[in-house]
Amino acid sequence: MGHILIENLNKEFIERRQHKRDKEGRPESDRTVTVLEDLDLEFEAGEMVCILGPSGCGKSTLLRIIAGFEQPSSGRVLQDGRQLSKPSPDNIFVYQHNGLLPWMTVWQNIELGIRRLEDPVEQEETIQEYIDMVELEGFEHHYPHQLSGGMQRRAELARALVVNPEMLIMDEPFSGLDFLTHMKMREEVVNMHLYLGKTILLVTHNIDDALIMGDRVVILSGRPAQVKLNRKLDFPHPRDPKTAPKLQELREEIFFMLGVSYAV
Amino acid sequence: MESSKPAFIYTAAAFLGALALWELTARFSGWSAQIFPGPGAVLASLIELTGNGTLIRHSIASLYRVTAGFYLAMFLGIPLGMCLGRCKPLRLMINPVIHFLRPISPLAWIPLSMLWFGIGDLPAIFLIFLSSFFPLLVATTIAVRSINPVYFQVANNFNFSRLESFTKIMVPATIPAIVTALRLSITIAWLVVVAAEMIAVQSGLGYLILDSRNALRMDYVMVGMVVIGVIGLLLDYIMRQLMNIESAAWGTLGHK
Ligand SMILES: Nc1ncnc2c1ncn2[C@@H]1O[C@H](COP(=O)(O)OP(=O)(O)O)[C@@H](O)[C@H]1O
Ligand SMILES: [Mg+2]
Repeated sequence: MGHILIENLNKEFIERRQHKRDKEGRPESDRTVTVLEDLDLEFEAGEMVCILGPSGCGKSTLLRIIAGFEQPSSGRVLQDGRQLSKPSPDNIFVYQHNGLLPWMTVWQNIELGIRRLEDPVEQEETIQEYIDMVELEGFEHHYPHQLSGGMQRRAELARALVVNPEMLIMDEPFSGLDFLTHMKMREEVVNMHLYLGKTILLVTHNIDDALIMGDRVVILSGRPAQVKLNRKLDFPHPRDPKTAPKLQELREEIFFMLGVSYAV
Repeated sequence: MESSKPAFIYTAAAFLGALALWELTARFSGWSAQIFPGPGAVLASLIELTGNGTLIRHSIASLYRVTAGFYLAMFLGIPLGMCLGRCKPLRLMINPVIHFLRPISPLAWIPLSMLWFGIGDLPAIFLIFLSSFFPLLVATTIAVRSINPVYFQVANNFNFSRLESFTKIMVPATIPAIVTALRLSITIAWLVVVAAEMIAVQSGLGYLILDSRNALRMDYVMVGMVVIGVIGLLLDYIMRQLMNIESAAWGTLGHK
């Protein structure tokens, strides 16, 4: 479950420029911006895929297409052989920030995932179980704005997991968190992945995130995004690039690929 | 400036100061009590008009018109605003009409509304309706359009039905903006009812003021003005209470 095949994916945006004027004062014509070009990728079921790439290259666009929020200009995405075209609870999107509904408490947000469950007792127990899992006991009836950034991400993670989806799609889930919260969240996501074995697509700006978490690292080039590197990582967890020479080598290779001449 | 004194002391001081200024002007300006009655005379008339029921009758007449017109505006303006916010073709069709009609003062409608609805409550209610309908409609449309698209993505992701998208996303997301619009438009409606009553009807606080002026009773005119001010404060207070509803509070508490 959760095998993903991306075939020949293209995405263009029409950029409206009618309000801009050229030198003679005429309105400029609309411009087509190609964000994804002939993208071919394959992820195995249950893989944790970490996607890196320069900012603005189309990572979020790729994730939104896979989630079905947006349609590609051409090409297709197959999940276990079926074409993915519209959003579904099978593939839950986890946002960079503010993905929780701000007018609902933590409890109500998590309840969204299993609101159709017939048995109220089972429903209540399940919600509590996931709240405990992300260590938000005591914050059930808090609103998102009453939580810290890290707690908001954990609540959103619980809301995503309670659905029991086949795949999680996470767009920069750690950005904006302080260093320690980042490290802890990363560890939690790795453990959750080892335990639940779901397919996870995760976009990050942090090369170490990718090396420490990923079963596979994908590096996209600048716009239009094409695959520069697609490497399976067969290293046991927990990982530390500082003590594993192979990882360290790869780390330097990736830094170089992203345009930085020496690794920091 | 921070101070240890409770806030109401400042309010009370300013209020007493205004009263004193009023009294001094009435005494030493040289105007006669017929033209510029002092606070004492107005208080006496207030008690007189309250005692004989005149004030209650006119206040109720005005409040009735405002309530009827305002409810009508709410029940038509807010749902229509929701539709316009979500449906672009509808917006393209109806928005030009709205933006053409909106800047026309409700008072400009007085001749037509008297012709259509005759004399009595109906033309006044119609004017109140016009004065609140457009602000509510426009505010709701804007509120719906500025809902963060992420929330609709969440709705799709979690398989919301159309009804659920409405009750769980659109309504709560727009409540803070709509409550603010209600507060502003009830104030406008209250301004308009007094003006409308000076022309189209034979009762209400606006009529009381006009009728008293014709009888050269400036003390009654001032009683009318004071009561209008007090009721206006009360209406705003009631609307402000809506903001304290839990589901409306996220808009003011969030975004830290
Ligand atoms: N709805 C849109 N309309 C026009 N251009 C868009 C739209 N969404 C994204 N883009 C453009 O596509 C490019 C990629 O955006 P995005 O996928 O958000 O990049 P990333 O997540 O990799 O930083 C950007 O240059 C952005 O300007
Ligand atoms: Mg992005």
